[in-house]
Amino acid sequence: MLGESLTVRDLRICATPPGGEERIIVNDIGFELAPGEVLALIGESGSGKTTIALAMLGYARSGCRIAGGSVQLGDTDILSLNATQTRALRGHRVAYVAQSAAAAFNPSRTLMDQVIEGALIHDVMSRQEARQKAVSLFHDLALPDPEHIGERYPHQISGGQLQRVMAAMALITDPALVILDEPTTALDVTTQIEVLRAFKQVMRERGTTAIYVSHDLAVVAQMADQVLVLQNGETQEHNTTARILEQPAHEYTRSLLAAARPQDHLSPVEGRHGGELLDIHDLQVGYGSRDGQGRPENVVLEHINLHLVRGQALGVIGESGSGKSTLARAVAGLVAPSHGAVQFDRRELSTTLRGRTPDQFRRIQMVFQSADNALNPAHSVQRLLNRPLETYFSLSRRERRARVEELMDLVKLPRDLLDRKPGELSGGQKQRVNLARALAAKPDLILCDEVTSALDTVVGAAILELLVELRRELGVAYLFISHDISTVRSLCDDVMVLYQGECVESGPCQQVLETPRHDYTRRLIGSVPELRQGWLESRPTRNETAAPVT
Amino acid sequence: MSETHAMPHRRQGASQRRASARRMVDGSRLPISAPARRNKPRLKLLRWIGLTLFGFWVLVALFGPLLAPYPMGAFVADEIYGGMSAAHWLGTDYMGRDMLSRMLTGARYTVGLAVVAALLSTLVGAGFGMLTVLLPRWLEEGVRRIFDTLISIPSKMMALVMVSAFGTSIPLLILAAVLSYAPGAFRISHSLATNLATLEYVQVAKTRGEGRFYIAAVEIMPNMIQSVLTDMGMRFVFIVLLLSGMSFLGLGVQPPAADLGSLVRENIGGLSQGALAVIAPALAIGTLTIGANLLIDSLSKSRDTQKE
Amino acid sequence: MRNAMPKLVLGRLSSSLLTLFLVSLVIFAITSLLPGDTAQQILGQFATPEQVAALREELGLNQSPLVRYWHWLTGFATGDLGMSASNGMPVAQLMNDRLPNSLLLAAITTAISVPIALTMGLVAAMRRGGNIDRALNVVTLSMVAVPEFLVATLAVLIFAVHLGWLPALSYVSTVESVGDFVRIYAMPVLTLCCVLIAQMARMTRAALIDQLDSAYIEMARLKGVPPVRRVLRHALPNAVGPIANAVALSLSYLLGGVIIVETIFNYPGIASLMVDAVSNRDLALVQACAMLFCGAYLILVMVADLCAILSNPRLRNR
Repeated sequence: MLGESLTVRDLRICATPPGGEERIIVNDIGFELAPGEVLALIGESGSGKTTIALAMLGYARSGCRIAGGSVQLGDTDILSLNATQTRALRGHRVAYVAQSAAAAFNPSRTLMDQVIEGALIHDVMSRQEARQKAVSLFHDLALPDPEHIGERYPHQISGGQLQRVMAAMALITDPALVILDEPTTALDVTTQIEVLRAFKQVMRERGTTAIYVSHDLAVVAQMADQVLVLQNGETQEHNTTARILEQPAHEYTRSLLAAARPQDHLSPVEGRHGGELLDIHDLQVGYGSRDGQGRPENVVLEHINLHLVRGQALGVIGESGSGKSTLARAVAGLVAPSHGAVQFDRRELSTTLRGRTPDQFRRIQMVFQSADNALNPAHSVQRLLNRPLETYFSLSRRERRARVEELMDLVKLPRDLLDRKPGELSGGQKQRVNLARALAAKPDLILCDEVTSALDTVVGAAILELLVELRRELGVAYLFISHDISTVRSLCDDVMVLYQGECVESGPCQQVLETPRHDYTRRLIGSVPELRQGWLESRPTRNETAAPVT
Repeated sequence: MSETHAMPHRRQGASQRRASARRMVDGSRLPISAPARRNKPRLKLLRWIGLTLFGFWVLVALFGPLLAPYPMGAFVADEIYGGMSAAHWLGTDYMGRDMLSRMLTGARYTVGLAVVAALLSTLVGAGFGMLTVLLPRWLEEGVRRIFDTLISIPSKMMALVMVSAFGTSIPLLILAAVLSYAPGAFRISHSLATNLATLEYVQVAKTRGEGRFYIAAVEIMPNMIQSVLTDMGMRFVFIVLLLSGMSFLGLGVQPPAADLGSLVRENIGGLSQGALAVIAPALAIGTLTIGANLLIDSLSKSRDTQKE
Repeated sequence: MRNAMPKLVLGRLSSSLLTLFLVSLVIFAITSLLPGDTAQQILGQFATPEQVAALREELGLNQSPLVRYWHWLTGFATGDLGMSASNGMPVAQLMNDRLPNSLLLAAITTAISVPIALTMGLVAAMRRGGNIDRALNVVTLSMVAVPEFLVATLAVLIFAVHLGWLPALSYVSTVESVGDFVRIYAMPVLTLCCVLIAQMARMTRAALIDQLDSAYIEMARLKGVPPVRRVLRHALPNAVGPIANAVALSLSYLLGGVIIVETIFNYPGIASLMVDAVSNRDLALVQACAMLFCGAYLILVMVADLCAILSNPRLRNR
């Protein structure tokens, strides 16, 4: 079955926050898709993109309701169907691929069971046919061992594989429309590229009409024919992908594009490099019981050598499980290494918190990824910023007040936020407070652990800009942990690439990122989607070398 | 019994239920739907019922003895198991004493003992729960083992064993209640504190060089105090049930003093005649605990709503 | 790491044994190490010092506490639970006479309450937010806080006093027909069931709703899976562990409830035996009964944990 046309008109969705009044969260959305076309819904968190996508299934999450409009798929007006008809539509003519496959699969049933369930419920084919079809889809999606992977349970295969099995689950009934809701957001870039390729291949072969929800313009550029840019539930711009990328008409689209290419307008400052600050020699970190040589059962990080001078910014990149966060935590003293030495300003840095001097505490500050958890929700901004001043400096109450205000100016926050609690701040504001708290100590080294990852691209870019500026003004050194190569490129002088707990390559940013020497570095850099159409096709296919089936 | 009561109060936000009411409805209706009816007033109603019942008994405990028309132990009527009358609103007991006066005094024992025991249980349990997070690993394990052992002794068993060894007395009843219910408070606050201790703001405080006491008091405690207070409310209900149960068995508060449980026991002989003297104190305990339970439930639900 | 299941199960078993051992220490410590002379108690205040000394010797009270604890503990293994101080009979025999009655009461209560409670929890979870759910919520929320003797007195008042259908007291020995049986057990079982069902239903509902809120249920919904199938095929298999836990914890409530119920209805079970023993300060009997109840509690909790371990798909399908 080929894809069918989709026409959406005047879609309006309302939400009632707990204890609050109902308000409109999606307003006046309309678009048309020809059979086989792919539309991308792009926007930040809270822009209503997932809500719109779910409305294509006649579904609104709890607390929301579809208040008006029409969704016309082929000859069917989806929003006028009754419950039974809607159920017959879902998982048959319209299918859904969720963001987190790990959560969306039932942990206690086999994959095959769940993949063919839709086909069986809707009586599309017999169990035998469904199984055969599933196996062929597994094959098309380049899953390892397509004959038997269906016998496994969700926890037994990797995230990237699971996401592809979910695509098979969606495609088993040859749906007229597929909704893909950020299907690769939870994956590492090197996995993402394989999954994207598989998706694109099967969708093109079947001529499926699709809606692709994403916050990542570079991914969208590979997948979509049309792009609809959303902000606060309203259409900002709607055009073909090429026009959006090349001639964005709307201000907001331009800011999204700019945020997606931070290195274009940001570049690391030439730091005022000074004397030696941090020296790590042959560091090994792990957990579990240790063997005879003192080697822990599970080694997270090994053979790490690192040298940082005053005012230098060193980026540490790696995918999940590479041990990059552990490196920051070891320097901060939160985990004790099993081997190796850390020197800070030419003095031995105790591996545990207890052995450190107040001055060392002050000079090394850590900034965590999630500002939600990094700020105590019970304390006001004033109190959060005041505490390090009390701890490290002997200042009068007035001096502290003045310094707190100075810090707010430094991170570009209005002073009237001082009495707020973190819960009343936006994500970007929280991350700025988080930074201000670190700066309060007048540190020499700030350990940044994925500080922009949890933020929307535009907000993240602004934080990045602030980091560059702070470095220029204060001459502070960064150990900048990230999975995102572009942020490292725009902030750091040097870079270190971690892979499975070991450093595979390090050196000046320019050199490592432009002319990588190690295979893994090459693959990592090559997997980062570029903001142009046709990039995905231009990448050489990497034959999946017996993907680990745990 | 301690655990069995604690579990049902898994919080489902009222909002969530309200929302899902809609979700249930939208399955049977067109996808385009009209605004759903809100059922907020109902939550309020339950809270008011709870507050009224619980508040009433707290007031009785505070001022009841002052209002009692007769001394508690005075034999004022010739009729035993007398019914409602102008002189004796709640009738008379098995020895012709005024039930209203006895209940007004008895409520003070029931509520007072339970409040003291609940406060102590929470103080001991939550105190250890929070401190152990900061103690060395082996000490934490040791304390946990002790509380784990105590929690494996059902509360009535603990009280019975202690009464059999020492005889009953008010301090002993409180001790038995604390030994039975502090472990539950410990478990809950310990797991809360352990979770909070892994959060990043606690890590930040550690890397700032803050001491253990500061971390416990300033970083961890403010974020768990509400849950601990809710839990204390639940413990109050269990302890009322435990202590009146003991008194009902004749092993709790001893004459001449009497709590509501003792009043039920004393007058159980009148049950076959349907005497008010046995029904009234039993109902009194029921309304106290039901009121407290409704109040706690609605308070914890509305707090969830605010958080979302 | 090939299969962690046996290791987990063994770990759980041994942890229960350790706890039981510690519990026995606590019970023994409370009843034996602290002031108060058992021999004096048994003989009363008018006994001569010689009589007391003789009995002390006979009971082995002159030995060190550790030795006595050892004798007491090994006594459990051999079935020698000591002599009852109040009526001079072996504790084991006293308990033997009463235990079947209590077990029967517990079995009937369980057989009635578990199916009802699970159904109620299931219905409430499926009709979440609906009228049935809200009504059940208020009823169960109130019922869990009601003391057993209120339910019992009200039941006696209604069924025995006003309606005259049932006798107010239970006499097991007079069972001659099914009618007798029902008449005798109706009220004790009703009283126990009330609180038990309320608790179990609430916990079952909470366990199921936890699952119904998860992403895989939304996914099933978006695949067009009908509601009943969503609950029975998708949510239920994942809620087995929590539900087993709910059932076990609720049933352990029986241990406390049965004490009041047996007393109020004069039911000759093990709990009323223990209450009498406490009143008479018959320590050997109290110790044995307490160990029995604590052991039962530990077994219930352990079985629930084992259910949770065995039903966990991550452990089952390694």
